[in-house]
Amino acid sequence: MKALLLTRTTLIWFLLVGATLVSWELGHGVGLDSAAAAGAAILLVTFVKVRFVVLDFMELRGAPNWMRAIAEGWIVLCCALLIGLFLVAR
Amino acid sequence: MPGEEGVWLFIGGDLILFTLLFAVFLHMRAEQLTVFTEGRAQLNQTWGLINTLLMLTSSWCVATAIQAARRHQVQVTMRCFGGALACGLGFWTVKCFEYSEKLSAGLTITTNDFFMLYFTYTGIHLIHVTIGMGVLTALIFYARSGNFDAAKLRNLESGASFWHLVDLLWIVLFALLYLVGAP
Repeated sequence: MKALLLTRTTLIWFLLVGATLVSWELGHGVGLDSAAAAGAAILLVTFVKVRFVVLDFMELRGAPNWMRAIAEGWIVLCCALLIGLFLVAR
Repeated sequence: MPGEEGVWLFIGGDLILFTLLFAVFLHMRAEQLTVFTEGRAQLNQTWGLINTLLMLTSSWCVATAIQAARRHQVQVTMRCFGGALACGLGFWTVKCFEYSEKLSAGLTITTNDFFMLYFTYTGIHLIHVTIGMGVLTALIFYARSGNFDAAKLRNLESGASFWHLVDLLWIVLFALLYLVGAP
């Protein structure tokens, strides 16, 4: 059981929880004065989390190159699209 | 490739659909910034945070269950899937509190466009959670007999990938609905 706890998966869980708390603080005005910058930063952190879920929890890190490329491409495009649309409203 | 190709086709299709939903949300937000900023302020962010932590933990449980299955640890596999199921139940419970809080405050799907999207998107996600809980329950029974050969592991991975999708979608929904756009 110990071998299952001391894994990269557990490390990723800690990172995801940490990133969530960073997003939470950014969403409550900590760190960045501008709401636009904070919102964009929250979305960026969100897609870093998404990337960890896709590569490590869904195990696409070891998937065929084409599959990983599609996944990474979607993450970058979706992140850019959402940050762009968010900033348009400011 | 972890799991079956068909599951990945479904996951890809679902992600395309949700990408459109996320874009629609931000497009409508740009057109009604005040309504969306006020709507966001009326959400209980603590519920959102608790549910995010539950989703992340459930995903850890599922990923660990798969690793345990590869080591042929039947009991640990079942317990980890059970842990993920419990997190899913916790998510549902929090959502019930959250929805009832909103409805008691007179906030419904017809209140404005923000709450229309809030109830629709979280509702569609909750359907995913419910299906995922059904999948997790099936995986617990499926894992009970052990014999984790390649075919069985692939089936377990397919179910696990679906649950991770549910987690992934919530991660983005939490940011969009609850966090971004604070004045």
